Amino acid sequence: MYVAVKGGERAIDNAHRLLAHARRGERAVPEISLEQISEQLSLGVDRVMVEGSLYDRELAALAIKQARGDLIEAIFLLRAFRATLPRFGATLPLDTGAMAVRRRISSTFKDIPGGQILGPTFDYTHRLLDPALAENSDPELPATAAPSDAPMPRVTDILGRDGLIEGSPAADDDAIVGDLTRDPLSFPADRDLRLQNLARGDEGFLLSLAYSSQRGYGRNHPFAGEIRFGEVELEFFAEDAGFAVPLGPIALTETQMVNQFKGSATEAPCFTRGYGLAFGQSERKAMAMALVDRALRARELGEEAEAPAQDEEFVMSHSDNVQATGFVEHLKLPHYVDFQSELGLLRRLRQDFEDKAADAPLKEAAE
Amino acid sequence: MNAPTYNFAYLDEGTKRMIRRAILKAIAIPGYQVPFASREMPMPYGWGTGGVQVTAAILGPQDVLKVIDQGSDDTTNAISIRKFFAKTAGVATTTRTEEASVIQTRHRIPEAPLHAGQVLVYQVPIPEPLRYLEPRETETRRMHALGEYGLMHVKLYEDIAKFGHIATAYAYPVKVAGRYVMDPSPTPKFDNPKMNDCEALQLFGAGREKRIYAIPPYTQVVSLDFEDHPFTRYRQDAPCALCGAEDSYLDEIVTDDQGSRMFVCSDTDYCETRQRDGHLGSESAPNKEHGHG
Repeated sequence: MYVAVKGGERAIDNAHRLLAHARRGERAVPEISLEQISEQLSLGVDRVMVEGSLYDRELAALAIKQARGDLIEAIFLLRAFRATLPRFGATLPLDTGAMAVRRRISSTFKDIPGGQILGPTFDYTHRLLDPALAENSDPELPATAAPSDAPMPRVTDILGRDGLIEGSPAADDDAIVGDLTRDPLSFPADRDLRLQNLARGDEGFLLSLAYSSQRGYGRNHPFAGEIRFGEVELEFFAEDAGFAVPLGPIALTETQMVNQFKGSATEAPCFTRGYGLAFGQSERKAMAMALVDRALRARELGEEAEAPAQDEEFVMSHSDNVQATGFVEHLKLPHYVDFQSELGLLRRLRQDFEDKAADAPLKEAAE
Repeated sequence: MNAPTYNFAYLDEGTKRMIRRAILKAIAIPGYQVPFASREMPMPYGWGTGGVQVTAAILGPQDVLKVIDQGSDDTTNAISIRKFFAKTAGVATTTRTEEASVIQTRHRIPEAPLHAGQVLVYQVPIPEPLRYLEPRETETRRMHALGEYGLMHVKLYEDIAKFGHIATAYAYPVKVAGRYVMDPSPTPKFDNPKMNDCEALQLFGAGREKRIYAIPPYTQVVSLDFEDHPFTRYRQDAPCALCGAEDSYLDEIVTDDQGSRMFVCSDTDYCETRQRDGHLGSESAPNKEHGHG
């Protein structure tokens, strides 16, 4: 009878074999290809790249396939692979002002230099299930126009010229870029590490925190200054060559939130910034990130930090879904030893309780 | 697509050096939690990533590895971790406590006394003994720095006031070398005395929480208590049904839905060694054959 709790080795092998079978599903149905995942489930691929913090569509698609569409599992697969990669440097700061824009909107101005560009968006679609998509679809080709030469300055740069919004802190070329995957995190954390943490953070967690800040738990009056999505060229300074070499373009979504700030004795009132940046087209993530980034700046801006979204230790310690899912799911592992220990304690406490109850009537009688 | 290749014991040498530095610091400051840049491992956080990283950093080709979970070599996660190192490091593995040079464990300390030269690597979920009293890391680090452990004593006192006993059955806090209060990982308090003056090096790895700490050999480890409520071990009042041991920590096996149960050693190697040496319990095959109970 003791055999029931022993002999896990073959059970594990067989479970994995069964998992591979379940992943494949009905064999008469054609197997999904990485290209199909990458092309047709592209926003899922984007999310896996963002939270997996690795820009590689093919590997992200592979992870999604291997994870049977469980995106957190796919993120975990990508992260575990990423952890083994060598790190040889950091790119030059991205110039998102020079982005090849595919979508760009501002909710703060009716029109802006370079114009508002809706691009591919679910916004304003009516969420009606489309039965036509149940079969193979052949949608119309998109409308096209000649690309515009007009520059598309960031809305925050326009506000910044008049001093209406706080300046971005000047870049310090000698400062080492923080990396919480290479150095243990300590609190209080600087904004670079906070932003890295948020960029890797779970979309759902950040979404809820951002939402809570809108509902009054650390409210800071946001406007979507600008959301832009497109390709930006990556450049890397090569020591050998002595100049920056282009590494190629990556697709990014950038969100700049414009938030109120009342000013202080030494500073005139001006708008403040919340910043979000994510791989691919990840607007919900980038917007939530920008709201939480601003909320986490409470201490720096002299605001009272009482809401969860403003609590850096709370947010940063719980944002990572790979950590969270591991620890929540580890409850599946055996805990017989601890449980046995608790059982022993509980039995003893119950015995004490019963002994006392048995003594009580005697005492009463004696009195 | 390039097939990934991995280093001996999975981690790259740079990462191993970083972890070894943290281990050395931990040994130099017994019981102090050293932050380290924990990596994402190919098994989930909470499933032993801290222990796995420590083991990977100290493992050499000559080592003999034993992995236990709940005292057993046969539990699924112990098997999984043992296979991981057999595959990535090609080291010899064993289930015999005395043969192992490195023992990775979750939730137990082997019953057989450890000897000099051995390393016991604990998997730790929450390294901070004060965490459930104070959730903030910034606060608990300060409390450790000042040796401010009053909160813990108040908690233990409140247990006694409320229940008549200290109501902590596992992860029972200890003080190491008279300085740092330390979480022994969720081992039953039965195991606490084994940590004291132990001949082996004890290393603790918490991957998700990014902390490593250590008890060097022959270090004083004291379970927290009060003079009038001294620390007591707890053990089920039964002999092992397989080997008859009366000194080992026991698993309770529920055998039917009528309240029947039996108790067997949680440390499978200890139990099997005793059985090989001829010790019998009430459920041992020879006893059964002779119509015993």
